[in-house]
Amino acid sequence: MTAGHPPKPRRILAIASGGGHWVQLLRLRPAFEGCEVTFASVRPAYADDIPEERFVTIPDATRWDRVRLLRMMFRVAWLVWRLRPDVIISTGAAPGYVAIRLGKLIGAKTVWLDSIANVEQVSLSGQKIGPHADLWLTQWEHLATDETQPEYRGAVI
Amino acid sequence: MASDGSGLRIFVTVGAQMPFDRLVLGVDTWAADHPGHEVFAQIGPGAQLPTTIAYTEFLEPPQFRERVEWCDVLVAHAGMGSILTALQHGKPVLVMPRRGDLRETRNDHQIATAERFRAMEKVAVAMDEHELPGQLDRIGEMDAAGRISEFASPALIDAVRAFIHGG
Repeated sequence: MTAGHPPKPRRILAIASGGGHWVQLLRLRPAFEGCEVTFASVRPAYADDIPEERFVTIPDATRWDRVRLLRMMFRVAWLVWRLRPDVIISTGAAPGYVAIRLGKLIGAKTVWLDSIANVEQVSLSGQKIGPHADLWLTQWEHLATDETQPEYRGAVI
Repeated sequence: MASDGSGLRIFVTVGAQMPFDRLVLGVDTWAADHPGHEVFAQIGPGAQLPTTIAYTEFLEPPQFRERVEWCDVLVAHAGMGSILTALQHGKPVLVMPRRGDLRETRNDHQIATAERFRAMEKVAVAMDEHELPGQLDRIGEMDAAGRISEFASPALIDAVRAFIHGG
């Protein structure tokens, strides 16, 4: 970057599975202001939630269904490779796990925000992906116990 | 029942992933004994079908939002999509948690969610189908917890924004 030129907007991939994961991702939108954001989730109709934004549909999958999981992994890998995001942020679950693991390979900075539904313990996917994410957040202060655990910096409500 | 005796518009929702027959059939049985309320339920794939109340398997987000706007009160599983949407629209919500041991979800996280959000006075809770009719009897007296902002807490927004632009 040279003096006098505005910095290039940061490229962000914001990715989540359906239902509560998607609703929580949407609640982070003000943090993406001024960035070039691509949202990715599992239902085409979610595009209606963000008519002004770029939206990509990815196959739904949980870690319990291997065939669908593979399809989802290929689509997310393609998306990460094509987009080359500077930052990847996910509120869970499986698609975010895959995106963050692949994002590390291309040098993206990564954020995992564990769902507010995980009150008693960090989610299983959170336990697995958290240590790989550059910023690992829980939404419950009592779960931010030590440096092996996520940080607490506020919640989606 | 509402204190003026008028019927309520009740929207029951269990999320898109799986049925939750204990909740839907519990409301259905209650509604048969309490005509005068208008009940519409989103019951999920492969659910047992209710006999009294109107229902659909799935709603796309625009239709889902219309139903949330339409209703006076929501009755939902203790999923965050349902709870957050109700609170964003300023609607009172009664939740019943799914149970892991009944294979209604993979674990018991909804029980903890329900208890925690009840302690925060954001939702009313029926822990199971036995508590449900009593909670439904009082549904007209429920107050909305107060409409929450459309966005996350400023502290969380700031933390994520700082991370995006930092280093």
